[in-house]
Order: sequence, then structure tokens, then C-alpha cells
Amino acid sequence: MTDITLTVNGATCTGSPEARKTLADFLRDDLDLTGTHVGCEHGVCGACTVILDGRAVRSCLMLAVQAAGREVTTIEGVAPDGGLGTLQQAMWDSHSFQCGFCTPGFVMQATAFLSDHPDAGEQQIREALSGNICRCTGYQSIIDGVLLAAERNRER
Amino acid sequence: MKLPPFEYEAPTTVEEAIDLLAEHLDEASVLAGGQSLIPLLALRLARPEVLIDINGIAELSGVSATDGGVAIGAMTREYVAEESKVIADTVPLLAAALPLIGHEAIRSRGTIGGSLAHADAAAELPAVARALDAEFVVRGPSGMRVILAAQWFEGYLTTSRRPDELLVEVRFPTARPGTGVSFQEVARRHGDFAIVGLAVSLVLSGGVISDARLAFAGVSDVPVRAAAAEDLLAGERPSAELFDEAARLATGDIDPPADLHGSSDYRKTVAATIVRRGLRAAAGNALERQ
Repeated sequence: MTDITLTVNGATCTGSPEARKTLADFLRDDLDLTGTHVGCEHGVCGACTVILDGRAVRSCLMLAVQAAGREVTTIEGVAPDGGLGTLQQAMWDSHSFQCGFCTPGFVMQATAFLSDHPDAGEQQIREALSGNICRCTGYQSIIDGVLLAAERNRER
Repeated sequence: MKLPPFEYEAPTTVEEAIDLLAEHLDEASVLAGGQSLIPLLALRLARPEVLIDINGIAELSGVSATDGGVAIGAMTREYVAEESKVIADTVPLLAAALPLIGHEAIRSRGTIGGSLAHADAAAELPAVARALDAEFVVRGPSGMRVILAAQWFEGYLTTSRRPDELLVEVRFPTARPGTGVSFQEVARRHGDFAIVGLAVSLVLSGGVISDARLAFAGVSDVPVRAAAAEDLLAGERPSAELFDEAARLATGDIDPPADLHGSSDYRKTVAATIVRRGLRAAAGNALERQ
């Protein structure tokens, strides 16, 4: 066990995870932030994507102890007021999910990407989301949702 | 699955890391970006007793221009290298390969040294290092040594790093004027490991190829230089016939592995195709860059 302190969705959090505990499991089990989904547990599916110091990372591919002192944003921190953020609303409007299991990972990956590339077009968005797997939608509605969010962000 | 238990060490200096390696030798694994090692742990394919996490060693990160090229600290993240102007300007083949590694979230954590020390022969960076004759700087209890790419890759996920040594830096030479590059790969899905990949670097002087370097990914347990094709190309003018012959020579003596993604014969056919494509693209790139 190692004592760690980190910032999650703007709040300071502490914990004592076992060294082998991944950041994904720490968020879910120790901090009760179960919005981060664990799919494949070996970095293939992208469902556990969170934002670490501004970059999208797979939270199953890093240890919780490695997040000490870092700033993590999870799906719970995207719209802290309890409503939907611009991207979430655009994905809702575009029917960007069916079962919803992969959705938090897509939202986090797209959030990180759009903040760095506000003018991204379809091809760039496809490329940026290519590491996230969805077994329901066929992806088109997800791309539509992210494109719509980019458009709405630009209009604001 | 969940990771197996291990003892966790997080040194903050290279000296501490080497002491830990010297103490635990083969029982230890070095954790760099973790984008290969953590999956191996999760799948229980790796069960080290001690994990030596080198993410806290600040001196291992950074890209710097040197006399003859670029020195990249082993812990430099792939996205940092991807965004580096020094690398884009001086090692265009590396710059071409970096965006093809995994996916964006993988490159956020993955490191240059981690990929090269993991030495997956289907990955991009080993092929680039082999094509460009990169130099690997390792440090151990008895000091520093520099290992050439040709000696670095020894076999399946195996390098000539000794168990008490740490890879601290990788050096790539500056591309000569007239250089054109291309990294080609064919994969089932974008971002997956290539079924076959190819790093190509050509130098064109006065319309003649003065230097040709081709290294395959995914055709053997180590990255493979296509020496016979390189010899053929040197001194010749680019042409479709020349590139066809180079593709024949390059794939004549390779014996790629077969798996569910493709048979050995299929990989050979793909390899020949990407040699032609890669040479065409590199020759075009050389003209563009002039």
C-alpha cells in the first residue's frame, strides 16, 4: 500500500492503493467513480479512457500510484453541474450510443481531442477515436455526435 | 485480468534504478510507459517479482539535437517526440512513423525507450531504429555502453541489454540532404500492430539513389534490413522496374510468421507490395523535401 494524493475532477483525493491496482480500478473501487468503465483490462477497447493532465490515457494501463500528484478528469467531471456538457448533449442528439458501455471512453477521448483540435473535421475525428471500440452503433452516429459538438463549440 | 502482485519500486535517479536492477536482475521488470508491459501483466504473460517504475526519473526525458543527430531520452513520451520540431527537421523517418504507433491515448503514455526495449518486431520504432542504425545508450553498474541497432535486437522481445542495465537514451542520425522517407504498414484496423510494416529511407543526389535503407516490421522475431534490395538500389535512378526488382529481392529470403491475421505467403505478398509503395513514396518525398 502506498499513500497517494491526486486531483480528480477538481477535488483533492487521497487513497492507499495496492501497487498493482490500476488507475481504473482505483477510480471505481476506492473513489466510487464508476462512470469509468473497464472493458478489456489490457488497453485494447478504450472504455476506461480518462484525461490525465490534459491528455487522454487508458486508465487500465497505468497504476493508481502513478497518478499521485496528477490531475485526472473522468466522465463524472465533464459536466460537474449534473447536466450534460456540449459534447454529451450533441452525442445524445445524434444517438451516439446504444448500450452505452463504451460511451464514457468515447466522451473522454473526444473531449481531450476537441480541446486540442477545435476545428477538426470528420477524418481527424475518426482517426482520434480509432482506438475506442463500440460494438453497437457502427460508429457513424458517434462521429456525427462529435462533429456536431465541434460545430456547436465553434458557434458559441 | 487484474495485475499479479509485485513489489513496487519508484527510483528517482538512474543510479538508484541501476542499483535496483543489479539487486533483482531477472526478477525485475522496468516499467516505462506501460503500454506493453501492463497488458503483459494483466494477461499474466509477465510475472516479475519487482517492478521498477522509472517514470519518476526526470533526467530520462527530453529530445536534444547533437552534433550528428538527435538524442532522445528513453522516457520521452511518444506524443512529445511526435510534436518535436527537432525530430521533424532532422529524423523525418522517425517523424513519419510516430503517428502510426497505437492510438492517441497510447502515445500519451508510451515512450521511445520503452517501445525499443520491449522490442516487439511488429512495432514501428524497432524498424525505424534498424533502418537508421540508431545507437542505444545503456547504463549499468560498470558504466555506460553504446549498442548499435544491428546488435540491439536479439530475438523475440529480447535485446542485448543485460539485466543490470537500463536503456537511458537512443540516438538517431540526422538525415542527409536529399533524403526521402516513408513508413508503410498494412493492418487489420488503423492503429493495430502491422501485419507487415516497412521503414524506407532513400537519399537522392542528382536523380540517383546514393543510399537506400529498408527495414521490415512483422516478418521475423527482429526487425529485418533488406540488404540485397538496398545494394541493388544504390547507384540507380528510381524507376518502376527498379522498385519491382527491389521488392523481389527484399522478399526473396524472408520467412514471415503465420498467425490468424495472415499466412506466411500473404505476409510475403504484402511485404513486396509495400516495398514498391514505400520506395515510390520515399522517392517522391525526397523530391518534395528538396
